[in-house]
Amino acid sequence: MTKIEIGNAFESVIEWLTDNGDFIFDGIVIAVESVLDLLKTILHFPPNWVLILLFGLLAWRVSGKGLAVFSLLGFFLIQNLGFWEPTIDTLALVITSVLIALLIGIPLGIWSAKSETVNRVMRPMLDFMQTLPAFVYLIPAVLFFQLGEVPGVIATLIFSLPPCVRFTSLGIRQVPDDIHDAAISFGSNPRQLLFKAELPVALPTLMAGVNQTIMLALSMVVICGMIGAGGLGNEVLKGITQMKIDLGFEAGICIVILAIFLDRITQELGKTAETSS
Amino acid sequence: MALLNIKGLYKIFGSDPERVFPLLEKGLSKAEILDKTGCTIGINNASFQIERKEVFVIMGLSGSGKSTVIRCLNRLIEPTRGVIEIDGDDVMKMDDAALLECRRKTMSMVFQHFGLLPQRSVVRNVEYGLEVAGVDKETRHEKAVASLELVGLKGYEDSFPSELSGGMQQRVGLARALASDSEILLMDEAFSALDPLIRANMQDELLELQATMHKTIVFITHDLDEALKIGDRIAIMKDGEVVQIGTPEEILSEPADDYVKAFVEKVDKSKVITAASVMRKPQTITIPKDGPHMAVRAMERAGSSSIFVVDRNRQFQGLLLIDDAVRLERENAKDVRSALHTELFVADPDTPVADLLSRAMTAKYPISILDDQQRLRGIVDRATVLAEVLGEDHEDTATVSLEAVLSDSQQISLEETDYDEN
Repeated sequence: MTKIEIGNAFESVIEWLTDNGDFIFDGIVIAVESVLDLLKTILHFPPNWVLILLFGLLAWRVSGKGLAVFSLLGFFLIQNLGFWEPTIDTLALVITSVLIALLIGIPLGIWSAKSETVNRVMRPMLDFMQTLPAFVYLIPAVLFFQLGEVPGVIATLIFSLPPCVRFTSLGIRQVPDDIHDAAISFGSNPRQLLFKAELPVALPTLMAGVNQTIMLALSMVVICGMIGAGGLGNEVLKGITQMKIDLGFEAGICIVILAIFLDRITQELGKTAETSS
Repeated sequence: MALLNIKGLYKIFGSDPERVFPLLEKGLSKAEILDKTGCTIGINNASFQIERKEVFVIMGLSGSGKSTVIRCLNRLIEPTRGVIEIDGDDVMKMDDAALLECRRKTMSMVFQHFGLLPQRSVVRNVEYGLEVAGVDKETRHEKAVASLELVGLKGYEDSFPSELSGGMQQRVGLARALASDSEILLMDEAFSALDPLIRANMQDELLELQATMHKTIVFITHDLDEALKIGDRIAIMKDGEVVQIGTPEEILSEPADDYVKAFVEKVDKSKVITAASVMRKPQTITIPKDGPHMAVRAMERAGSSSIFVVDRNRQFQGLLLIDDAVRLERENAKDVRSALHTELFVADPDTPVADLLSRAMTAKYPISILDDQQRLRGIVDRATVLAEVLGEDHEDTATVSLEAVLSDSQQISLEETDYDEN
């Protein structure tokens, strides 16, 4: 029996794309790079201690004393261990990927909430994206964008896109019928219906999606160290490949601190959205 | 001319509804059509007119299509066929812009589960209709505040819906509908989610509001009592068809078919007026504890000339008149038993009021209502019975006169009735 050549077919598609889609990919590279560079410049500009204080202040404003103390100590530890630069790089990568993921994911989520057809097409695609092992995303990313930060951002945003789409769609579908009907019966046009009624009601669910997107992005950004995206992933990779247990462990701790910080902040933002609603 | 004119309205749920019409013309039943085509008939050829300033109630059980009808009026649900004319304008023929305009200016709606936006304050919820219509901030705030005052929610402007009770939330819903100053108010089971007491309250308030505002109200309910209470006219729906349209009077006295009859009878049985429902608490003294002095004092305080006498177990002993009590007091007697009148009529609480009529006409004193253990539960006086029975003659049916009886008996209990003069 002859083997069905799924792998080969995929390869030829990728090859055709690399041959013919250069200008598109170049465009994407320029766009992603400019966002990333801007973020890095901003985050690296102030002295470390100023940023640590700012993070602490943010944690205090959004969550409370507990998280503020944790953030101050945590980021101080990162600075002390000497992982400040890679941590900030990782943060910049995460923020860039998440921003782009939200920019794509929220409209897709809205679209699939509004259209049953779109939803039916989107669902298996999202399932596929979520179940595919994270490493597999590295291959096309490298093929299209070579090594470096840009393919890292691309792989990350693809990996973290599904929850954003799903939660947005779910949130809008969950808007109670009476609210939906009321908004229409008082003469909302489709745009007013979306922005004045549906999105505000869906906001808590949407924020849960944002939280998930950030968490997935953080885990992927580390894996992207393998294709030269830099940041903490790079340090972990060094730890693995050079058997430097101390380095790998310390980098791991930094990732955990960053993860907890981002998770709590976005969760709290989600809660605020809920209580205000 | 009628304000709303609905002609031949159909709503068929399912794919390709047009193929259902030939089958309908052949006279196939709903079930057969569902079997053959997979289409459900939501509304089957409904036609009715709604006059300006009337409260038109559409009543039916769940699945009868009543909610579909009201949603077709503002095209929340797109009707399959039919004509919906408002002042001669066919809503079905409106383009998107005209429909939006119509929803903003002409019709507003109140929902069963309120449909309030949880993240907006009460006043911002009420502003919603004006906001989407592009009314400027100050004007819409002013109108919203005024409309909140109308429904009795002054002072709650900055609360959030989640902080209010169900009844108050529905007032917000009502205020929101009133704010746009539209001529037609669509109310979809507006009070069905509220508990009975609040519900009765809201019905009264709606009627009061209607007395001053004169909107044209289309009210959906599954509750016949509610329909009878607030409807000027009632349409009864069954399986997507309108089976009868008429005033509450007509619905009760001439039910169009067995379906309506079953509805009306259910109400009749549960609403037979018994002595228990119109009786009131009498003034009593307890023997042997209380003597003539207590009796005189109690009668003076109540401003009445007689008092009912019970023993420690609240078993009824008789009636004591003020003259006798004063006489005993002068004689310095301790016991009132010798002076009790016992030539009274008694009845049990389940006796229909109408059956008390002849007794009430001849009796000198109110009829005492005793339970099976001879305990005094209440009294029914002649005025109450007469009010009830006269009301019945007037209105022709027992159910309608219930309202009259209840309000009459309330009035009577407010005044002190002098039995001797009766």
